[in-house]
Amino acid sequence: MADSVAPPSRSRDLDKLLLRNGNLVGPNFEPGAELRDDLQEYARILVVGAGGLGCELLKDLALSGFKNIDVIDMDRIEVTNLNRQFLFRVEDVGKPKAEVAAKRVMERVSGVNIVPHFCRIEDKEIPFYNDFNIIVLGLDSIEARSYINSVACSFLEYDSDDKPREETIKPMVDGGTEGFKGHARVIMPGVTPCFECTIWLFPPQVKFPLCTLAETPRTAAHCIEYAHLIKWDEVHSGKAFDPDDPEHMKWVYDKAVKRAELFGIPGVTYSLTQGVVKNIIPAIASTNAIISAACALETLKIASGCSKTLANYLTYNGVAGLHIKVTEFVKDKDCLVCGPGVLIELDSSVTLEKFINLLEDHPKLLISRASVSHRGKNLYMQAPPVLEEMTRSNLSLALYELMDKVAKDTIHVTGTTSKDGKKTSCLRKLRVVFKAIDGVTDMDTAGGA
Amino acid sequence: MVPLYDSKFLDDTFGNKYAFRLYASALSLSLSRSRFWVYLDQVQRTESFCLNSGKMIRLFKVKEKQRELAENANGKPPVKKQSPGELRLHKDIGELNLPKTCNIAFPNGKDDLMNFEVTIRPDEGYYLGGNFVFTFSVSPIYPHEAPKVKCKTKVYHPNIDLEGNVCLNILREDWKPVLNINTIIYGLFHLFTQPNYEDPLNHEAAAVLRDNPKLFESNVRRAMAGGYVGQTFFTRCM
Repeated sequence: MADSVAPPSRSRDLDKLLLRNGNLVGPNFEPGAELRDDLQEYARILVVGAGGLGCELLKDLALSGFKNIDVIDMDRIEVTNLNRQFLFRVEDVGKPKAEVAAKRVMERVSGVNIVPHFCRIEDKEIPFYNDFNIIVLGLDSIEARSYINSVACSFLEYDSDDKPREETIKPMVDGGTEGFKGHARVIMPGVTPCFECTIWLFPPQVKFPLCTLAETPRTAAHCIEYAHLIKWDEVHSGKAFDPDDPEHMKWVYDKAVKRAELFGIPGVTYSLTQGVVKNIIPAIASTNAIISAACALETLKIASGCSKTLANYLTYNGVAGLHIKVTEFVKDKDCLVCGPGVLIELDSSVTLEKFINLLEDHPKLLISRASVSHRGKNLYMQAPPVLEEMTRSNLSLALYELMDKVAKDTIHVTGTTSKDGKKTSCLRKLRVVFKAIDGVTDMDTAGGA
Repeated sequence: MVPLYDSKFLDDTFGNKYAFRLYASALSLSLSRSRFWVYLDQVQRTESFCLNSGKMIRLFKVKEKQRELAENANGKPPVKKQSPGELRLHKDIGELNLPKTCNIAFPNGKDDLMNFEVTIRPDEGYYLGGNFVFTFSVSPIYPHEAPKVKCKTKVYHPNIDLEGNVCLNILREDWKPVLNINTIIYGLFHLFTQPNYEDPLNHEAAAVLRDNPKLFESNVRRAMAGGYVGQTFFTRCM
């Protein structure tokens, strides 16, 4: 090789997207080296989860030119992770995933700075999540997705026309895999459906009837669940079962084997026991790679504008052959998490009782017998009598005081509403704005001043 | 990476306008509430300026400066997150319509609806006069997941075992998000008026109910009054 040949640029693949214009780019796309450099310098990405998807995501994002990445994960590395969570080695077993993953990617990709957070997602203060431009999810549970989604949506604000304020939108890119299947989706709260808008699409978890487990087990899983759900409590009264404690798992396995022998059922193994108890579906490394590649590209597209983003839910199925489909899900306009809610302007002197009466006549609500909650505090409950009694004294107080004198906030009401003469129960989100509170009445016009 | 990205991917509805809002979003960082509006003001001006000039870099840099400012600003308001499950539960609880035989209590006060106790006092059948306490624990993703229900009172019952596990179909295999707390409480009440030996969780009790209802009745009375049925001691719950 001649010495005079310049080494190829590290970002030569990225440059094709970021340095050139094209027909598929957005209207304000400004290609150029400046865009590339700024992306590296100023885009802050949070990766939630450092497991199968998380390892891939960190590598993909780092190689896509992102330099400011944080990763949060509460787990420690286990031996069974090593086949696919390729950033980890045998000697890492027992160490926090987030810390090892961050270190390994930083060793291999120069210039990237990855900050690990070894904790639960709930342990971080809400504002922590607002520090990031995009949140990328590599999670394995509905609970965790629902939590991050509600946090990201809590930053969203709507203007008086119920249009989302662009600067408050916190984009999320969610990846998920189960064996040979996976999904990638782009969530722009207020614009595209949030996680909660489509949560009903998840199939219910398979749960065996307890009496089947106790009386008529037919499968190996029945025997395992018997040991896990019934036998454990019978023997260890009060002691909680810990699925991450190998001794606990071994105990359940031994009892399941005995029960299977009793009923002549084959197939109870230690790994099946883990699978049933922890709800594990075998993870496939290539599925993780494909899904996280899709997520990383969407992240790059959102950040740079080099292309329109996925609209908005990609499913991948590699079980038999290969099938990929993109579906455009629609938002639930009344979504309690990402929806605008009904805007109500109130005088700061309005009492809770007056407010509840007001809801009956409000043309967009017509809610009678309303119960009211604000940020987890139950201001008034119509039922049951025990709660009604506990909250009754609030009725004569000013709502503004009950809402801790916050000039503008979300509250939730439940009650009965009449539609076409039929009474139905409903749960609605309201945006309450108090009039004549300094600094708020001018807010909507401030931007144009 | 992978050959996933064909024109189908790109033929989507969203443009790169999000890039602008993206970098602007960092401006609305963790500022105290009173300062927040001031910054929002600046953000909006900056954004329109940047959009006009077509230079994203300015936005990026403003964003970064604002972030540093935000880090120096103290006094973030503590925010309590209300999970979607809590909101839906609030609706269930606010609409509870319980029979006189059922009572609900909130041991952690009016603001923790996720953990509560239901006392059932059957007014007919084998269990007339007994008090049976059930603990409910509701998950943040309720109603996607059924509440966890346990019987706190030790009871001689074919469908409730001595550990308090309850065999009620809607608590496990037949749970649907359209069901609610009211349905579950009625289901539990039903277990006391119509105990059934076909879905046994307490095998012995079920066998006695099937083969000798008279003996079952006297066993139930003995257990509720406080005493032994076979080798098992039951504390009084009348």
